[in-house]
Amino acid sequence: MRATAAEETQSGWLVLLCLAAWAVPGAGHLWLGRRSKGLIFLVALPLMFAIGLALKGRLFPFDMSEWLVGLAALADLGIGVPYFIAGALGYGGGEVRAVTYEYGNAFLIVAGLLNLLVVIDAYDVALGRK
Amino acid sequence: MQSHIVLLTLFAFFVSLVFAVIAKDDWHEQLRFGGMMFGGFLLSAVVLGWLMYPFPL
Repeated sequence: MRATAAEETQSGWLVLLCLAAWAVPGAGHLWLGRRSKGLIFLVALPLMFAIGLALKGRLFPFDMSEWLVGLAALADLGIGVPYFIAGALGYGGGEVRAVTYEYGNAFLIVAGLLNLLVVIDAYDVALGRK
Repeated sequence: MQSHIVLLTLFAFFVSLVFAVIAKDDWHEQLRFGGMMFGGFLLSAVVLGWLMYPFPL
């Protein structure tokens, strides 16, 4: 059954919302009027990511031959634009000898994964499920 | 900042904050839910640490 024009517009808007929510943590919730939630995500998630970089964690390369490295890379990418800013500024090389290296990795990976959860939440709010 | 307890507390704080804000809408419920999750993180870290204590490196 072909989608109507309204349905296609709706799905296009949802895709845009999810892209915005991924790119800027909290942007989806701000767009939907959930201001306090959006601001908390906007501050907390990039901060968690920045702490991960400060702890000398590594932004893993997209090496799918080593699937754990590839998965970590996907998780890192989950944070959105901060990932690209960090790369452009030369951060995220990681220092494996640093005592905080593994903690840094944990902060970076989990910040990305949490942002993906936030994107899913924004999607649910947009559909009226929450 | 190289203390395990400080870093795990910080990690627990961020994860609990985000989960609480996602799961609940009312700030009282968010505080309660987040607080319980935060406490659970810390308690489990201490318990698991002590459980692993007898084992050699």
